[in-house]
Amino acid sequence: MTHTSTSGVTPSARTAPLAVELSGVHKHFGHVHAVNGVNLQLTSGEIVAILGPNGAGKTSTIDIILGLSQADAGQVTVYGMEPRQAISRGLVSAVMQTGGLLRDLTVAETVEYMASLFAGSQDLGTVLRQAGITDIADRRVGKCSGGEQQRLRFALALLSNPELLILDEPTTGMDVEGRRGFWATIRKDAEQGRTVLFATHYLEEADDYADRIVLLRHGQIVADGTSAEIKAMSVGRTVRATLPGATEALLANMPGAETVEVRGETVFVQSTDSDATARYLLTQTAARDLEITARGIEDAFIALTGDTESGVTTTGASR
Amino acid sequence: MTNPSLATDVAGRRVPGLGGFNLTVLKLEVRRLTRNRRTVIISVALPIVFFLLFGLNQAYDTQRAGHGNVAAFVMISLALYGAVLATTFGGAMVSIERSQGWSRQLRLTPLSPVAYIVIKVLTALVLGATSVAAVYIVGAVTGKASMSVGLWFGTGFSVWIGSLLFAAFGLFLGYLLPAENVMQLIGLILALLSFAGGLFIPVSQYPLAVQDVAKWTPLYGLNQLVHTPLLGNGVDWTWAVNVLAWLIIFAGGAIWRFRKDTARV
Repeated sequence: MTHTSTSGVTPSARTAPLAVELSGVHKHFGHVHAVNGVNLQLTSGEIVAILGPNGAGKTSTIDIILGLSQADAGQVTVYGMEPRQAISRGLVSAVMQTGGLLRDLTVAETVEYMASLFAGSQDLGTVLRQAGITDIADRRVGKCSGGEQQRLRFALALLSNPELLILDEPTTGMDVEGRRGFWATIRKDAEQGRTVLFATHYLEEADDYADRIVLLRHGQIVADGTSAEIKAMSVGRTVRATLPGATEALLANMPGAETVEVRGETVFVQSTDSDATARYLLTQTAARDLEITARGIEDAFIALTGDTESGVTTTGASR
Repeated sequence: MTNPSLATDVAGRRVPGLGGFNLTVLKLEVRRLTRNRRTVIISVALPIVFFLLFGLNQAYDTQRAGHGNVAAFVMISLALYGAVLATTFGGAMVSIERSQGWSRQLRLTPLSPVAYIVIKVLTALVLGATSVAAVYIVGAVTGKASMSVGLWFGTGFSVWIGSLLFAAFGLFLGYLLPAENVMQLIGLILALLSFAGGLFIPVSQYPLAVQDVAKWTPLYGLNQLVHTPLLGNGVDWTWAVNVLAWLIIFAGGAIWRFRKDTARV
Protein backbone atom coordinates (compact mmCIF):
# COMPACT_ATOMS: atom_id res chain seq x y z
CA MET A 1 0.00 0.00 0.00
CA THR A 2 2.91 2.32 0.54
CA HIS A 3 3.50 2.46 -3.18
CA THR A 4 0.05 3.63 -4.17
CA SER A 5 1.21 7.22 -4.16
CA THR A 6 3.43 6.55 -7.14
CA SER A 7 0.73 4.82 -9.16
CA GLY A 8 0.03 7.95 -11.16
CA VAL A 9 3.67 8.47 -11.95
CA THR A 10 4.69 7.89 -15.51
CA PRO A 11 7.30 5.16 -16.04
CA SER A 12 9.95 7.60 -17.16
CA ALA A 13 9.53 9.72 -14.05
CA ARG A 14 9.67 6.74 -11.73
CA THR A 15 13.14 5.87 -12.91
CA ALA A 16 14.38 9.36 -12.00
CA PRO A 17 15.24 10.70 -15.43
CA LEU A 18 18.38 12.69 -16.03
CA ALA A 19 18.00 16.40 -15.48
CA VAL A 20 19.42 17.03 -18.92
CA GLU A 21 20.38 14.66 -21.67
CA LEU A 22 21.93 15.88 -24.91
CA SER A 23 23.04 13.33 -27.45
CA GLY A 24 24.72 14.17 -30.71
CA VAL A 25 23.46 17.74 -30.67
CA HIS A 26 24.45 19.97 -33.57
CA LYS A 27 23.62 23.58 -34.26
CA HIS A 28 24.71 25.71 -37.20
CA PHE A 29 24.42 29.44 -37.69
CA GLY A 30 25.28 29.95 -41.31
CA HIS A 31 28.82 28.68 -41.71
CA VAL A 32 29.46 28.61 -37.98
CA HIS A 33 29.15 25.21 -36.37
CA ALA A 34 28.16 26.59 -32.96
CA VAL A 35 27.41 23.22 -31.37
CA ASN A 36 29.23 20.30 -32.89
CA GLY A 37 28.10 16.93 -31.61
CA VAL A 38 27.63 17.58 -27.92
CA ASN A 39 26.78 14.67 -25.63
CA LEU A 40 25.98 15.73 -22.10
CA GLN A 41 24.18 14.12 -19.20
CA LEU A 42 23.36 15.98 -16.01
CA THR A 43 22.14 14.09 -12.98
CA SER A 44 20.09 15.69 -10.24
CA GLY A 45 21.86 17.71 -7.60
CA GLU A 46 25.00 18.48 -9.59
CA ILE A 47 26.51 21.92 -9.95
CA VAL A 48 28.01 21.93 -13.40
CA ALA A 49 29.98 24.66 -15.14
CA ILE A 50 30.14 24.99 -18.89
CA LEU A 51 33.48 26.65 -19.35
CA GLY A 52 34.82 27.99 -22.57
CA PRO A 53 36.01 31.05 -24.39
CA ASN A 54 33.57 33.44 -26.03
CA GLY A 55 32.12 31.78 -29.08
CA ALA A 56 32.75 28.25 -27.81
CA GLY A 57 29.04 27.43 -27.98
CA LYS A 58 28.07 27.91 -24.34
CA THR A 59 25.03 30.10 -24.91
CA SER A 60 23.93 28.09 -27.94
CA THR A 61 24.00 24.93 -25.85
CA ILE A 62 22.02 26.58 -23.06
CA ASP A 63 19.45 27.97 -25.48
CA ILE A 64 18.91 24.46 -26.82
CA ILE A 65 18.41 23.06 -23.31
CA LEU A 66 15.91 25.85 -22.59
CA GLY A 67 14.02 25.25 -25.82
CA LEU A 68 14.72 28.79 -27.02
CA SER A 69 16.67 27.34 -29.87
CA GLN A 70 16.12 24.21 -31.93
CA ALA A 71 18.98 21.77 -32.49
CA ASP A 72 19.70 20.95 -36.13
CA ALA A 73 20.40 17.35 -35.16
CA GLY A 74 20.48 15.21 -32.03
CA GLN A 75 18.26 14.48 -29.06
CA VAL A 76 17.46 16.90 -26.26
CA THR A 77 15.50 15.94 -23.19
CA VAL A 78 15.03 17.71 -19.88
CA TYR A 79 13.69 15.46 -17.12
CA GLY A 80 12.77 13.04 -19.87
CA MET A 81 10.64 15.55 -21.78
CA GLU A 82 10.90 18.13 -24.48
CA PRO A 83 12.48 21.34 -23.12
CA ARG A 84 9.28 23.33 -23.66
CA GLN A 85 7.26 20.81 -21.63
CA ALA A 86 9.74 20.99 -18.78
CA ILE A 87 9.48 24.79 -18.85
CA SER A 88 5.68 24.64 -18.80
CA ARG A 89 5.87 22.55 -15.64
CA GLY A 90 8.23 24.98 -13.97
CA LEU A 91 10.97 22.33 -13.80
CA VAL A 92 13.59 24.55 -15.36
CA SER A 93 14.32 28.21 -15.06
CA ALA A 94 17.14 30.45 -16.07
CA VAL A 95 18.85 33.67 -15.13
CA MET A 96 20.03 35.48 -18.21
CA GLN A 97 22.90 37.91 -18.46
CA THR A 98 21.00 41.09 -19.16
CA GLY A 99 17.53 42.35 -19.98
CA GLY A 100 14.44 40.31 -19.39
CA LEU A 101 12.80 42.88 -17.13
CA LEU A 102 10.17 45.53 -17.74
CA ARG A 103 11.31 48.94 -16.58
CA ASP A 104 7.81 50.28 -15.94
CA LEU A 105 6.78 47.56 -13.46
CA THR A 106 7.79 47.64 -9.82
CA VAL A 107 9.90 44.86 -8.33
CA ALA A 108 6.90 43.38 -6.50
CA GLU A 109 4.70 43.61 -9.60
CA THR A 110 7.31 41.82 -11.67
CA VAL A 111 7.41 38.97 -9.17
CA GLU A 112 3.60 38.86 -9.00
CA TYR A 113 3.35 38.83 -12.80
CA MET A 114 5.77 35.94 -13.24
CA ALA A 115 4.38 33.97 -10.30
CA SER A 116 0.88 34.09 -11.76
CA LEU A 117 2.04 32.24 -14.86
CA PHE A 118 3.00 29.02 -13.09
CA ALA A 119 0.66 26.29 -11.91
CA GLY A 120 2.29 26.49 -8.49
CA SER A 121 4.70 29.07 -7.24
CA GLN A 122 6.38 29.96 -3.99
CA ASP A 123 5.09 32.53 -1.53
CA LEU A 124 5.88 35.97 -2.95
CA GLY A 125 6.93 37.52 0.35
CA THR A 126 9.33 34.67 0.99
CA VAL A 127 10.83 34.95 -2.47
CA LEU A 128 11.36 38.69 -2.09
CA ARG A 129 12.95 38.17 1.31
CA GLN A 130 15.24 35.37 0.16
CA ALA A 131 16.47 37.47 -2.73
CA GLY A 132 17.00 40.43 -0.41
CA ILE A 133 14.71 42.75 -2.35
CA THR A 134 11.91 43.31 0.16
CA ASP A 135 13.09 46.87 0.75
CA ILE A 136 12.89 47.78 -2.91
CA ALA A 137 9.61 45.93 -3.62
CA ASP A 138 7.79 49.12 -4.59
CA ARG A 139 10.59 50.54 -6.70
CA ARG A 140 10.27 50.65 -10.47
CA VAL A 141 12.61 48.15 -12.09
CA GLY A 142 14.04 50.90 -14.29
CA LYS A 143 15.24 52.70 -11.15
CA CYS A 144 17.00 49.64 -9.69
CA SER A 145 20.77 49.23 -9.85
CA GLY A 146 22.35 46.46 -11.92
CA GLY A 147 22.92 44.37 -8.82
CA GLU A 148 19.32 44.83 -7.65
CA GLN A 149 18.04 43.83 -11.06
CA GLN A 150 20.20 40.74 -10.98
CA ARG A 151 18.77 39.81 -7.58
CA LEU A 152 15.29 40.28 -9.02
CA ARG A 153 16.14 37.98 -11.96
CA PHE A 154 17.34 35.43 -9.48
CA ALA A 155 14.11 35.75 -7.47
CA LEU A 156 12.08 35.23 -10.65
CA ALA A 157 14.08 32.14 -11.51
CA LEU A 158 13.25 30.58 -8.15
CA LEU A 159 9.51 31.33 -8.27
CA SER A 160 8.51 27.96 -9.66
CA ASN A 161 10.90 26.15 -7.33
CA PRO A 162 12.68 24.64 -10.34
CA GLU A 163 14.57 21.37 -10.21
CA LEU A 164 17.13 22.76 -12.62
CA LEU A 165 18.48 26.30 -12.54
CA ILE A 166 20.45 27.53 -15.53
CA LEU A 167 22.68 30.57 -15.30
CA ASP A 168 24.26 32.14 -18.36
CA GLU A 169 27.34 34.13 -17.36
CA PRO A 170 25.52 35.07 -14.16
CA THR A 171 28.13 37.32 -12.61
CA THR A 172 29.05 39.39 -15.65
CA GLY A 173 29.36 42.98 -14.52
CA MET A 174 29.43 42.16 -10.81
CA ASP A 175 32.31 43.22 -8.64
CA VAL A 176 34.29 40.66 -6.65
CA GLU A 177 32.14 41.19 -3.57
CA GLY A 178 28.90 40.81 -5.49
CA ARG A 179 30.20 37.72 -7.21
CA ARG A 180 31.14 36.08 -3.94
CA GLY A 181 27.76 36.88 -2.41
CA PHE A 182 25.97 35.57 -5.46
CA TRP A 183 27.76 32.23 -5.35
CA ALA A 184 27.20 31.89 -1.62
CA THR A 185 23.46 32.14 -2.36
CA ILE A 186 23.65 29.62 -5.19
CA ARG A 187 25.66 27.20 -3.06
CA LYS A 188 23.15 27.40 -0.24
CA ASP A 189 20.36 26.91 -2.71
CA ALA A 190 22.01 23.90 -4.35
CA GLU A 191 22.35 22.23 -0.97
CA GLN A 192 18.57 21.81 -1.02
CA GLY A 193 19.09 19.48 -3.98
CA ARG A 194 18.64 21.83 -6.90
CA THR A 195 20.64 21.07 -10.03
CA VAL A 196 22.61 24.04 -11.28
CA LEU A 197 24.14 24.49 -14.70
CA PHE A 198 26.09 27.65 -15.36
CA ALA A 199 28.07 28.99 -18.25
CA THR A 200 31.13 31.05 -17.55
CA HIS A 201 34.36 32.20 -19.05
CA TYR A 202 35.87 32.78 -15.63
CA LEU A 203 38.15 29.84 -14.89
CA GLU A 204 38.17 30.53 -11.18
CA GLU A 205 34.40 30.61 -11.03
CA ALA A 206 34.21 27.16 -12.55
CA ASP A 207 37.06 25.92 -10.38
CA ASP A 208 35.63 27.29 -7.13
CA TYR A 209 31.92 26.63 -7.47
CA ALA A 210 31.29 23.70 -9.79
CA ASP A 211 31.28 20.01 -8.85
CA ARG A 212 31.95 19.28 -12.45
CA ILE A 213 33.39 21.25 -15.34
CA VAL A 214 32.48 20.75 -18.96
CA LEU A 215 35.06 22.34 -21.18
CA LEU A 216 33.76 23.54 -24.54
CA ARG A 217 35.86 24.52 -27.49
CA HIS A 218 34.59 25.27 -30.98
CA GLY A 219 31.25 23.70 -30.11
CA GLN A 220 32.76 20.45 -28.86
CA ILE A 221 33.29 19.08 -25.38
CA VAL A 222 37.06 18.74 -24.94
CA ALA A 223 36.98 17.74 -21.28
CA ASP A 224 34.34 16.76 -18.74
CA GLY A 225 35.14 16.05 -15.12
CA THR A 226 35.81 17.45 -11.70
CA SER A 227 38.13 20.38 -11.33
CA ALA A 228 40.86 18.03 -10.06
CA GLU A 229 40.37 15.65 -12.97
CA ILE A 230 40.64 18.46 -15.47
CA LYS A 231 43.80 19.74 -13.83
CA ALA A 232 45.27 16.24 -13.89
CA MET A 233 44.66 16.02 -17.63
CA SER A 234 47.44 18.47 -18.02
CA VAL A 235 50.20 16.33 -16.51
CA GLY A 236 53.38 17.66 -15.09
CA ARG A 237 54.68 20.39 -12.84
CA THR A 238 56.70 23.52 -13.19
CA VAL A 239 60.21 23.56 -11.70
CA ARG A 240 61.69 26.99 -11.13
CA ALA A 241 65.20 27.73 -9.95
CA THR A 242 67.81 30.48 -9.90
CA LEU A 243 70.79 29.51 -12.05
CA PRO A 244 73.21 32.24 -13.19
CA GLY A 245 74.64 31.73 -16.66
CA ALA A 246 72.08 29.13 -17.74
CA THR A 247 71.08 28.77 -21.37
CA GLU A 248 68.11 26.92 -22.81
CA ALA A 249 70.31 24.82 -25.04
CA LEU A 250 72.45 23.69 -22.13
CA LEU A 251 69.46 22.46 -20.10
CA ALA A 252 67.32 21.02 -22.92
CA ASN A 253 68.36 17.45 -22.26
CA MET A 254 67.67 17.46 -18.55
CA PRO A 255 65.71 14.46 -17.25
CA GLY A 256 61.95 15.05 -17.38
CA ALA A 257 62.18 18.41 -19.12
CA GLU A 258 59.43 19.19 -21.59
CA THR A 259 60.23 22.83 -22.17
CA VAL A 260 62.92 25.03 -20.72
CA GLU A 261 62.70 28.77 -20.48
CA VAL A 262 65.41 31.09 -19.16
CA ARG A 263 64.53 34.59 -18.00
CA GLY A 264 67.61 36.37 -16.70
CA GLU A 265 68.96 34.19 -13.93
CA THR A 266 65.75 32.27 -13.49
CA VAL A 267 65.03 28.94 -15.17
CA PHE A 268 61.48 27.63 -15.73
CA VAL A 269 61.18 23.96 -16.63
CA GLN A 270 57.89 22.27 -17.55
CA SER A 271 58.57 18.77 -16.35
CA THR A 272 56.87 15.42 -16.60
CA ASP A 273 59.16 14.12 -13.84
CA SER A 274 59.74 17.00 -11.45
CA ASP A 275 61.74 14.86 -8.98
CA ALA A 276 64.30 13.91 -11.62
CA THR A 277 64.47 17.46 -12.92
CA ALA A 278 64.97 18.87 -9.45
CA ARG A 279 67.58 16.24 -8.55
CA TYR A 280 69.51 17.04 -11.71
CA LEU A 281 69.39 20.78 -11.14
CA LEU A 282 70.51 20.54 -7.52
CA THR A 283 73.25 17.95 -8.01
CA GLN A 284 74.61 18.68 -11.49
CA THR A 285 74.29 22.47 -11.63
CA ALA A 286 74.68 25.47 -9.35
CA ALA A 287 70.90 25.99 -9.18
CA ARG A 288 69.41 27.36 -5.96
CA ASP A 289 66.04 28.66 -4.61
CA LEU A 290 64.32 25.72 -6.27
CA GLU A 291 60.47 25.62 -6.38
CA ILE A 292 58.09 22.98 -7.69
CA THR A 293 54.49 23.95 -8.47
CA ALA A 294 51.56 21.99 -9.85
CA ARG A 295 49.95 23.45 -12.91
CA GLY A 296 46.72 25.33 -12.31
CA ILE A 297 43.45 24.96 -14.10
CA GLU A 298 44.49 27.80 -16.35
CA ASP A 299 47.41 25.76 -17.64
CA ALA A 300 45.08 22.81 -18.03
CA PHE A 301 42.67 24.94 -19.96
CA ILE A 302 45.33 26.23 -22.30
CA ALA A 303 46.73 22.74 -22.75
CA LEU A 304 43.29 21.35 -23.55
CA THR A 305 42.02 24.06 -25.82
CA GLY A 306 45.33 24.98 -27.34
CA ASP A 307 44.09 28.55 -27.46
CA THR A 308 46.39 30.92 -25.70
CA GLU A 309 44.38 33.86 -26.99
CA SER A 310 41.28 32.08 -25.84
CA GLY A 311 39.32 34.89 -24.28
CA VAL A 312 39.06 32.85 -21.11
CA THR A 313 40.10 34.95 -18.20
CA THR A 314 40.81 34.60 -14.56
CA THR A 315 38.84 36.73 -12.18
CA GLY A 316 41.79 38.93 -11.41
CA ALA A 317 42.79 39.53 -14.99
CA SER A 318 39.33 40.46 -16.12
CA ARG A 319 38.87 43.43 -13.84
CA MET B 1 20.86 7.65 -8.70
CA THR B 2 17.29 6.97 -7.70
CA ASN B 3 15.81 9.89 -5.88
CA PRO B 4 12.19 9.06 -5.04
CA SER B 5 11.25 12.50 -3.79
CA LEU B 6 12.49 14.11 -6.96
CA ALA B 7 10.79 11.55 -9.18
CA THR B 8 7.50 12.31 -7.45
CA ASP B 9 8.12 15.99 -7.78
CA VAL B 10 8.76 15.83 -11.51
CA ALA B 11 5.60 13.87 -12.12
CA GLY B 12 3.58 16.03 -9.77
CA ARG B 13 4.35 19.19 -11.71
CA ARG B 14 1.36 20.65 -13.47
CA VAL B 15 1.00 22.78 -16.56
CA PRO B 16 -1.22 25.82 -15.89
CA GLY B 17 -4.59 25.98 -17.60
CA LEU B 18 -5.45 28.37 -20.45
CA GLY B 19 -1.82 28.52 -21.51
CA GLY B 20 -0.97 30.59 -18.44
CA PHE B 21 -3.66 33.23 -19.05
CA ASN B 22 -4.85 34.78 -15.80
CA LEU B 23 -6.44 37.94 -14.45
CA THR B 24 -3.39 38.97 -12.39
CA VAL B 25 -1.41 39.46 -15.57
CA LEU B 26 -4.28 41.32 -17.19
CA LYS B 27 -4.51 43.63 -14.17
CA LEU B 28 -0.77 44.33 -14.23
CA GLU B 29 -0.75 44.90 -17.99
CA VAL B 30 -3.59 47.41 -17.74
CA ARG B 31 -1.76 49.15 -14.91
CA ARG B 32 1.37 49.32 -17.03
CA LEU B 33 -0.51 50.79 -19.97
CA THR B 34 -2.18 53.47 -17.86
CA ARG B 35 1.12 54.25 -16.16
CA ASN B 36 2.35 55.58 -19.48
CA ARG B 37 1.09 59.15 -19.16
CA ARG B 38 1.64 59.99 -22.80
CA THR B 39 -0.51 57.09 -23.91
CA VAL B 40 -3.35 58.04 -21.58
CA ILE B 41 -3.24 61.73 -22.51
CA ILE B 42 -3.26 61.03 -26.22
CA SER B 43 -5.90 58.31 -26.23
CA VAL B 44 -8.25 59.60 -23.50
CA ALA B 45 -7.71 63.31 -22.94
CA LEU B 46 -7.10 64.37 -26.54
CA PRO B 47 -10.40 63.02 -27.95
CA ILE B 48 -12.25 64.83 -25.13
CA VAL B 49 -10.53 68.09 -26.01
CA PHE B 50 -11.37 67.59 -29.68
CA PHE B 51 -14.99 66.92 -28.77
CA LEU B 52 -15.20 70.09 -26.70
CA LEU B 53 -13.66 72.08 -29.57
CA PHE B 54 -15.45 70.58 -32.56
CA GLY B 55 -18.46 68.74 -31.18
CA LEU B 56 -19.92 71.69 -29.31
CA ASN B 57 -19.79 74.23 -32.11
CA GLN B 58 -22.98 76.26 -31.84
CA ALA B 59 -23.10 76.72 -35.59
CA TYR B 60 -24.15 73.11 -36.07
CA ASP B 61 -24.11 71.03 -32.89
CA THR B 62 -27.88 70.77 -32.49
CA GLN B 63 -28.63 70.23 -36.17
CA ARG B 64 -30.31 66.94 -36.87
CA ALA B 65 -28.22 64.02 -38.05
CA GLY B 66 -30.26 60.86 -38.65
CA HIS B 67 -31.84 59.75 -35.35
CA GLY B 68 -29.80 62.25 -33.35
CA ASN B 69 -27.83 65.46 -33.82
CA VAL B 70 -24.46 66.57 -35.09
CA ALA B 71 -22.94 66.71 -31.61
CA ALA B 72 -23.76 62.99 -31.24
CA PHE B 73 -22.27 62.30 -34.67
CA VAL B 74 -19.01 64.06 -33.77
CA MET B 75 -18.97 62.32 -30.39
CA ILE B 76 -19.06 58.91 -32.08
CA SER B 77 -16.24 59.94 -34.45
CA LEU B 78 -14.01 61.12 -31.63
CA ALA B 79 -14.79 58.10 -29.46
CA LEU B 80 -13.61 56.00 -32.38
CA TYR B 81 -10.50 58.14 -32.68
CA GLY B 82 -9.68 57.64 -29.00
CA ALA B 83 -10.47 53.94 -29.07
CA VAL B 84 -8.25 53.19 -32.06
CA LEU B 85 -5.40 55.19 -30.48
CA ALA B 86 -5.82 53.19 -27.29
CA THR B 87 -5.94 49.78 -28.94
CA THR B 88 -3.08 50.58 -31.31
CA PHE B 89 -0.93 51.74 -28.41
CA GLY B 90 -1.93 48.66 -26.43
CA GLY B 91 -0.96 46.31 -29.23
CA ALA B 92 2.24 48.16 -30.05
CA MET B 93 3.49 47.73 -26.50
CA VAL B 94 4.91 44.41 -27.64
CA SER B 95 7.72 46.40 -29.28
CA ILE B 96 8.79 47.67 -25.85
CA GLU B 97 8.61 44.17 -24.42
CA ARG B 98 10.71 42.83 -27.25
CA SER B 99 13.36 45.51 -26.92
CA GLN B 100 13.66 44.99 -23.15
CA GLY B 101 14.01 41.22 -23.47
CA TRP B 102 10.74 40.59 -21.66
CA SER B 103 9.33 38.50 -24.51
CA ARG B 104 12.31 36.20 -24.22
CA GLN B 105 11.89 35.98 -20.45
CA LEU B 106 8.24 35.03 -20.94
CA ARG B 107 9.32 32.14 -23.15
CA LEU B 108 10.95 30.65 -20.07
CA THR B 109 7.52 30.48 -18.39
CA PRO B 110 4.46 28.34 -19.15
CA LEU B 111 2.74 31.31 -20.82
CA SER B 112 1.77 30.26 -24.33
CA PRO B 113 2.29 32.74 -27.16
CA VAL B 114 -1.43 32.68 -27.95
CA ALA B 115 -2.37 33.44 -24.33
CA TYR B 116 0.10 36.31 -24.42
CA ILE B 117 -1.55 37.80 -27.51
CA VAL B 118 -4.98 37.40 -25.93
CA ILE B 119 -3.74 39.31 -22.87
CA LYS B 120 -2.33 42.06 -25.09
CA VAL B 121 -5.59 42.41 -27.02
CA LEU B 122 -7.72 42.46 -23.86
CA THR B 123 -5.43 45.05 -22.30
CA ALA B 124 -5.79 47.20 -25.40
CA LEU B 125 -9.57 46.79 -25.24
CA VAL B 126 -9.68 47.93 -21.60
CA LEU B 127 -8.00 51.21 -22.52
CA GLY B 128 -10.18 51.41 -25.64
CA ALA B 129 -13.28 51.14 -23.45
CA THR B 130 -11.93 53.89 -21.24
CA SER B 131 -11.49 56.17 -24.25
CA VAL B 132 -15.04 55.53 -25.48
CA ALA B 133 -16.53 55.95 -22.02
CA ALA B 134 -14.61 59.18 -21.41
CA VAL B 135 -15.83 60.82 -24.62
CA TYR B 136 -19.40 59.58 -24.08
CA ILE B 137 -19.48 60.79 -20.48
CA VAL B 138 -18.29 64.24 -21.55
CA GLY B 139 -20.87 64.10 -24.34
CA ALA B 140 -23.61 63.33 -21.83
CA VAL B 141 -22.49 65.86 -19.23
CA THR B 142 -22.22 68.75 -21.71
CA GLY B 143 -25.80 67.97 -22.71
CA LYS B 144 -25.62 68.78 -26.43
CA ALA B 145 -25.26 65.30 -27.92
CA SER B 146 -28.69 63.84 -28.48
CA MET B 147 -29.80 60.37 -29.49
CA SER B 148 -31.84 57.55 -27.96
CA VAL B 149 -30.49 55.60 -24.99
CA GLY B 150 -30.29 52.53 -27.17
CA LEU B 151 -28.12 54.41 -29.65
CA TRP B 152 -25.81 55.69 -26.94
CA PHE B 153 -25.05 52.13 -25.91
CA GLY B 154 -25.28 50.64 -29.39
CA THR B 155 -22.87 53.06 -31.01
CA GLY B 156 -20.52 53.05 -28.03
CA PHE B 157 -20.34 49.28 -28.10
CA SER B 158 -19.82 49.24 -31.89
CA VAL B 159 -16.94 51.70 -31.61
CA TRP B 160 -15.35 49.63 -28.88
CA ILE B 161 -15.62 46.30 -30.68
CA GLY B 162 -14.58 47.95 -33.94
CA SER B 163 -11.37 49.19 -32.33
CA LEU B 164 -10.26 45.54 -32.16
CA LEU B 165 -9.17 46.02 -35.77
CA PHE B 166 -6.56 48.45 -34.50
CA ALA B 167 -5.37 46.18 -31.71
CA ALA B 168 -4.27 43.92 -34.59
CA PHE B 169 -2.73 46.95 -36.29
CA GLY B 170 -0.81 47.83 -33.11
CA LEU B 171 0.46 44.27 -32.71
CA PHE B 172 1.61 44.27 -36.33
CA LEU B 173 3.49 47.54 -35.87
CA GLY B 174 4.85 46.41 -32.52
CA TYR B 175 6.35 43.28 -34.01
CA LEU B 176 7.52 45.08 -37.13
CA LEU B 177 9.20 48.20 -35.77
CA PRO B 178 11.77 48.97 -33.09
CA ALA B 179 10.46 50.44 -29.86
CA GLU B 180 12.12 53.84 -30.18
CA ASN B 181 10.07 54.78 -33.21
CA VAL B 182 6.82 52.96 -32.90
CA MET B 183 4.94 55.14 -30.39
CA GLN B 184 5.73 58.42 -32.15
CA LEU B 185 4.85 56.90 -35.47
CA ILE B 186 1.46 55.71 -34.29
CA GLY B 187 0.23 59.19 -33.38
CA LEU B 188 1.13 60.43 -36.83
CA ILE B 189 -0.22 57.45 -38.76
CA LEU B 190 -3.52 57.48 -36.90
CA ALA B 191 -3.96 61.23 -37.39
CA LEU B 192 -3.54 60.73 -41.13
CA LEU B 193 -5.82 57.71 -41.19
CA SER B 194 -8.42 59.59 -39.16
CA PHE B 195 -8.48 62.43 -41.68
CA ALA B 196 -8.67 59.95 -44.53
CA GLY B 197 -11.36 57.96 -42.77
CA GLY B 198 -13.55 61.01 -42.21
CA LEU B 199 -13.31 61.10 -38.42
CA PHE B 200 -12.48 64.80 -38.31
CA ILE B 201 -14.03 66.06 -41.54
CA PRO B 202 -16.68 64.14 -43.52
CA VAL B 203 -15.05 62.46 -46.52
CA SER B 204 -17.81 63.89 -48.72
CA GLN B 205 -16.27 67.35 -48.27
CA TYR B 206 -12.97 66.31 -49.88
CA PRO B 207 -12.25 66.69 -53.59
CA LEU B 208 -13.47 63.66 -55.53
CA ALA B 209 -9.97 62.39 -56.25
CA VAL B 210 -9.15 62.44 -52.54
CA GLN B 211 -12.47 60.72 -51.75
CA ASP B 212 -11.58 57.88 -54.09
CA VAL B 213 -8.35 57.26 -52.23
CA ALA B 214 -9.84 57.83 -48.77
CA LYS B 215 -12.38 55.05 -49.27
CA TRP B 216 -9.59 52.49 -49.34
CA THR B 217 -8.03 53.54 -46.04
CA PRO B 218 -8.51 51.42 -42.90
CA LEU B 219 -10.57 53.82 -40.81
CA TYR B 220 -13.04 54.70 -43.54
CA GLY B 221 -15.18 51.56 -43.48
CA LEU B 222 -15.15 51.32 -39.70
CA ASN B 223 -16.10 54.99 -39.31
CA GLN B 224 -19.02 54.57 -41.69
CA LEU B 225 -20.22 51.41 -39.94
CA VAL B 226 -20.19 52.85 -36.40
CA HIS B 227 -22.28 55.83 -37.54
CA THR B 228 -24.84 53.66 -39.31
CA PRO B 229 -27.13 53.14 -36.28
CA LEU B 230 -27.31 56.92 -35.74
CA LEU B 231 -27.78 57.87 -39.38
CA GLY B 232 -30.12 54.96 -40.17
CA ASN B 233 -29.10 55.14 -43.80
CA GLY B 234 -28.31 51.47 -44.29
CA VAL B 235 -25.02 49.67 -44.73
CA ASP B 236 -22.94 49.83 -47.86
CA TRP B 237 -21.33 46.45 -48.37
CA THR B 238 -18.04 48.08 -49.37
CA TRP B 239 -17.64 49.36 -45.79
CA ALA B 240 -17.78 45.84 -44.43
CA VAL B 241 -15.36 44.68 -47.12
CA ASN B 242 -12.99 47.50 -46.17
CA VAL B 243 -13.00 46.47 -42.49
CA LEU B 244 -12.66 42.78 -43.27
CA ALA B 245 -9.82 43.31 -45.74
CA TRP B 246 -7.85 45.46 -43.32
CA LEU B 247 -8.50 42.99 -40.51
CA ILE B 248 -7.01 40.24 -42.66
CA ILE B 249 -4.03 42.45 -43.52
CA PHE B 250 -3.35 43.57 -39.94
CA ALA B 251 -4.00 40.25 -38.24
CA GLY B 252 -2.12 38.37 -40.95
CA GLY B 253 0.81 40.76 -40.65
CA ALA B 254 0.80 40.47 -36.87
CA ILE B 255 0.72 36.66 -37.03
CA TRP B 256 3.50 36.62 -39.61
CA ARG B 257 5.79 38.85 -37.55
CA PHE B 258 4.81 37.15 -34.31
CA ARG B 259 5.74 33.75 -35.75
CA LYS B 260 9.06 35.12 -36.83
CA ASP B 261 9.64 36.63 -33.42
CA THR B 262 8.86 33.51 -31.42
CA ALA B 263 10.40 31.02 -33.84
CA ARG B 264 13.03 28.80 -32.31
CA VAL B 265 16.08 29.75 -34.29
